[in-house]
Amino acid sequence: MLTAEDKKVIQQIWSKVQSHEEEFGAEALERMFSSHPQTKTYFPHFDLSKGSDQIRGHGKKVAAALGTAVKSIDNLSQALAELSNLHAYNLRVDPPRFALQLLSQSLQVVLAVHLGKDYTPEVHAAFDKFLSAVAAVLSEKYR
Amino acid sequence: MVHWTAEEKQLISSVWAKVNVEECGAEALARLLIVYPWTQRFFSSFGNLSSPTAIVGNPKVRAHGKKVLTSFGEAIKNLDNVKATYSKLSELHCDKLHVDPENFRLLGDILIIVLAAHLTKDFGPACQATWQKLVGVVAHALAYKYH
Repeated sequence: MLTAEDKKVIQQIWSKVQSHEEEFGAEALERMFSSHPQTKTYFPHFDLSKGSDQIRGHGKKVAAALGTAVKSIDNLSQALAELSNLHAYNLRVDPPRFALQLLSQSLQVVLAVHLGKDYTPEVHAAFDKFLSAVAAVLSEKYR
Repeated sequence: MVHWTAEEKQLISSVWAKVNVEECGAEALARLLIVYPWTQRFFSSFGNLSSPTAIVGNPKVRAHGKKVLTSFGEAIKNLDNVKATYSKLSELHCDKLHVDPENFRLLGDILIIVLAAHLTKDFGPACQATWQKLVGVVAHALAYKYH
């Protein structure tokens, strides 16, 4: 459950990410593809080489969606409803919680790399909870 | 037996050379207890775990964190036979400590984040990939003797 303090922390941190959305998202995807090659199976239609336009474009999309989630942190279900449908009926990233957890790990590594000591245990906990909540909403309609 | 390329071995040893085992171990364990509070169930004898500040400052957490990461170093010294290295520890975690192996995966992911926060730009994607593989191998070895 996200506390008021968690939400404040998340919004503060996200304001630092906002101006680098594309790089943030792209780096997270790149790290996820390197660390967990099975995630590449969802992108057979992409050029997955480092710095590819498609990864940059998709990274920007992912980061923008997270930004939307941050802005609507009190109503994730509604804010991400369309994305939730997309993941359930079209993308069907499988298994729902597991694969999204791999992306969550890489997103957090990017935050840790760029924030260093500022990625404190409290910030880490808040983000882990937030990304779990987002993943849960995206998996809501799977069955 | 797990196969490690020369590059992977290099990435493991170069990162490990920069790790302060006591500090990183303490931090990793503290974060486990903070980010996944249910893991505190294994540490009821540790005293005050009531807040992130209490956990980070708790001397038993620090000491145990150091112990855990020191043991991790054994895997690094024995990359070609991690299962054998952890055989006894695996039995201990199953028979005496009753720890769900899922917790090894959680701690592994947390360790990666601690390394990322300390090494920042030096913890590139290839580095992360190698270390994700390593923590996976360690977690697998620790679960191997479960029955």
